[in-house]
Amino acid sequence: MSFFEARAITKKFGGLTAVSSLSFNVEQGEIFGVIGPNGSGKTTVFNMISRFFPLTSGEIYFKEKRIDMLPAHNICKIGIGRTFQVVKPLRRMTVIENIIAGAFLRTGSIVKARHKAEEIIEFCNLGKYTDSEAKGLPIPLRKRLEIARALATEPELLLLDETCAGLNPRESEAAIDLIRRIRDTGVTIIIIEHIMKVMMGISDRILAINFGKEIAMGKPQEVANTPEVIKAYLGDAYA
Amino acid sequence: MLLGQTIICGLLLGGMYALIAIGMTLIMGVMKIINLAHGALVMVGMYVTYVCSKNFGIDPYIGMFIAMPVLFLLGCLIQKYMINRLVEVDSILPENQVLLTVGIMLVLTEVARLLFKSDYRSVTTTYSSDTVFLGAMSISVPLLIGFFIAMLFTFMLHLFLTKTDLGKSIRATSQDRDAAVYMGINSSKITMITFGIGAALAAAGGSLLLPLFYLFPDVGHLFTAKSFIITILGGLGSTMGAAVGGLILGLAESLGATYISMGYKDVVGLVIFILVLLFLPGGFRSLVKR
Amino acid sequence: MLNKKFLMTIAFILLAVLIPVFIKAPYQLHIFILIIIWAIIGTSWNLLGGYAGQVSFGHAAFFGLGAYSAGLLTLHYGLSPWWGILLGPVVAALAALPIGMICFRLRGPYFALAMLALGEIFRLVFLNVTDFTNGAKGILIMPAITSKMFYYYTGLGMLAITLLATFLIVHSKVGYYLVAIREDQDAATSLGIPTTLYKNLALLPSAFFTGLAGAFYMNYVAFIDPNIVFNLTNISVMAILVVMLGGVATTWGPTIGAAIYIFLGELFRTTLGSANVLIFGILVCVIIMFLPNGIAGELDLLKRVTQRKKASVSGGV
Repeated sequence: MSFFEARAITKKFGGLTAVSSLSFNVEQGEIFGVIGPNGSGKTTVFNMISRFFPLTSGEIYFKEKRIDMLPAHNICKIGIGRTFQVVKPLRRMTVIENIIAGAFLRTGSIVKARHKAEEIIEFCNLGKYTDSEAKGLPIPLRKRLEIARALATEPELLLLDETCAGLNPRESEAAIDLIRRIRDTGVTIIIIEHIMKVMMGISDRILAINFGKEIAMGKPQEVANTPEVIKAYLGDAYA
Repeated sequence: MLLGQTIICGLLLGGMYALIAIGMTLIMGVMKIINLAHGALVMVGMYVTYVCSKNFGIDPYIGMFIAMPVLFLLGCLIQKYMINRLVEVDSILPENQVLLTVGIMLVLTEVARLLFKSDYRSVTTTYSSDTVFLGAMSISVPLLIGFFIAMLFTFMLHLFLTKTDLGKSIRATSQDRDAAVYMGINSSKITMITFGIGAALAAAGGSLLLPLFYLFPDVGHLFTAKSFIITILGGLGSTMGAAVGGLILGLAESLGATYISMGYKDVVGLVIFILVLLFLPGGFRSLVKR
Repeated sequence: MLNKKFLMTIAFILLAVLIPVFIKAPYQLHIFILIIIWAIIGTSWNLLGGYAGQVSFGHAAFFGLGAYSAGLLTLHYGLSPWWGILLGPVVAALAALPIGMICFRLRGPYFALAMLALGEIFRLVFLNVTDFTNGAKGILIMPAITSKMFYYYTGLGMLAITLLATFLIVHSKVGYYLVAIREDQDAATSLGIPTTLYKNLALLPSAFFTGLAGAFYMNYVAFIDPNIVFNLTNISVMAILVVMLGGVATTWGPTIGAAIYIFLGELFRTTLGSANVLIFGILVCVIIMFLPNGIAGELDLLKRVTQRKKASVSGGV
């Protein structure tokens, strides 16, 4: 069995099927990309994995245990961290307090939590902003804070939702560098992005979805050349 | 026969409650705030009509047409200079808007107390104690007139909201404020007018109830509580929901007062309120939709 | 910075302890005792409302339960109402368990409304179960101790315990979690925080200490009825206002707010006569509009702006 497995997961909102019988495996240590146009169901997949929504049907396994029945807060406890596409900083807490709040998952001691948070601030190059309130940070830093906070919960699998959206090329480069360094520490990553270029560079494998259904899966180059993917991104004329 | 009379009286009373609750639900829908001063606005409207009747001999049903514009203006001012200001304030608790309405409620109630003391007052008209007979049931005339005027107003408001540009703007703002702003709707003007209309409806409902209720500065609490129960029953922001919710509450109160002890009838109302909050967050309409 | 804060706390405690040495007039001590009672209520409310962001409009329920625990012990069992100091907080906390289970299913303004309704239910039930509670007639006891000084120091001790307990909770893991829940419940869940559990962990001590204040109130004032101790405007709403006046999510804010509330209330009452509540209402509006996070909360902000320093403490953590 793979490190992470989604089996025929389906999510319906009323009459609308947002995700339809999607299956995929993620191996330990890889960066697994999920691409698709806006509204194709990417974020819904994350919300299903992290149990923000209950599944309509299907099963999810993590480290050989079924997890789609767990309450939302336990998902993080078993080692799956996530970030949000629309960042959700704890606005009136400082950067270090945000991260400490994450670190408390693995310790009850404030000294240990603070120590852990300092390490992560170092790792994520947030040192200059340690004591700044989160609500005052610009978007790129908020996105980095979001990752830092998730890292503090010591995830084995990290779900990154549109980490590079809205960043300029230089900021994007820094974010990609950070993601690679996180992977190098042994964390498995599933990343959502709709910017193909970003995904091509860092993903080991890519799953392309549209209208909640798989349209291609495999090595980045293979996926990029699939007619369905080109059609979904550029329209019928290019397929 | 007692049952029939209880039901009819309850429905008639409920029609007037509905008018007050529609005012609250409009405000809640557009502003997304809980207005704890709503009953106080009803109370102010009642006093305006009372003064018209006592000092100038104007019939309460005419006096309400003075109370309504006065309250419309008061509502606009409160919204523009007090509640709207809070939008720009960065506070830890978003509920401070609710607290502001508590402050407004205190001020209105105490102004009334200064002017009129805590005395219980009532308006008597020539027809106050008249009744009409419906078979063996006797129905009080003020109850009947009040109900029909309330229903007329509800119908006119419905036309206003569905047929006029201003009314449509109000509904648009209620459904999605951001989208409405993108469409070029001046949301601060809309919220102001909505609060004004809400206050005017409160005044209308209050005036209609004046011949039936004793008037004193704290009477507002009663109406705030009733409006809440009705709005939650009817689903937040729904005019028609509030109208039906009002009838249901009137009926429940009337039945409760007759068949359950007076003391516990309010408890029953509050328990229903919590149950609806928990299990029917969209009001009774969510039952129909299912 | 920490030292300065520490010194100020010491000075504050010394001042509080020495007040009865300088002020001996019963009326003035009475004012300070009222401040202590409100400081306990405000501090308790602040834990749930200010830190965890769960604005309760029904804290009168816990206050009333505390007061009635003490009163009913005397009425039915002839025990000293001082046993209520032990029983009251426990009863309030026990009541908080089902209340939390019901109300925390709701968020934001809906939670506020449900709490409001629950508070009123308690008032109405205590009014109507006349056999057990004496109904609207209330409970009158003959206090064994009449020395204001005694009540002052007893109350002060309780306030100290409340403040200390709140301080310890807020500066622990629980405190961080509560503020995280207040700031963004979804983000908190994504960090593995069981939000409902932690909201209950804030509600329990909050109800406990509010119950303590209620039991102490019964002992001190010696008369209660449901319309006094379960009052929506005078207890539930005032608990919120005390915190808003002083400082939301600050350690000393509720105490400062209680002092302002009682002092101004007395000042208005003695100088303005019947207009006092009106002036108070106006003050409430002005404070919410211009100092939304309370005097202590905004002072912090003011200091930060003037010193152009990066924020060192935020959200009260």
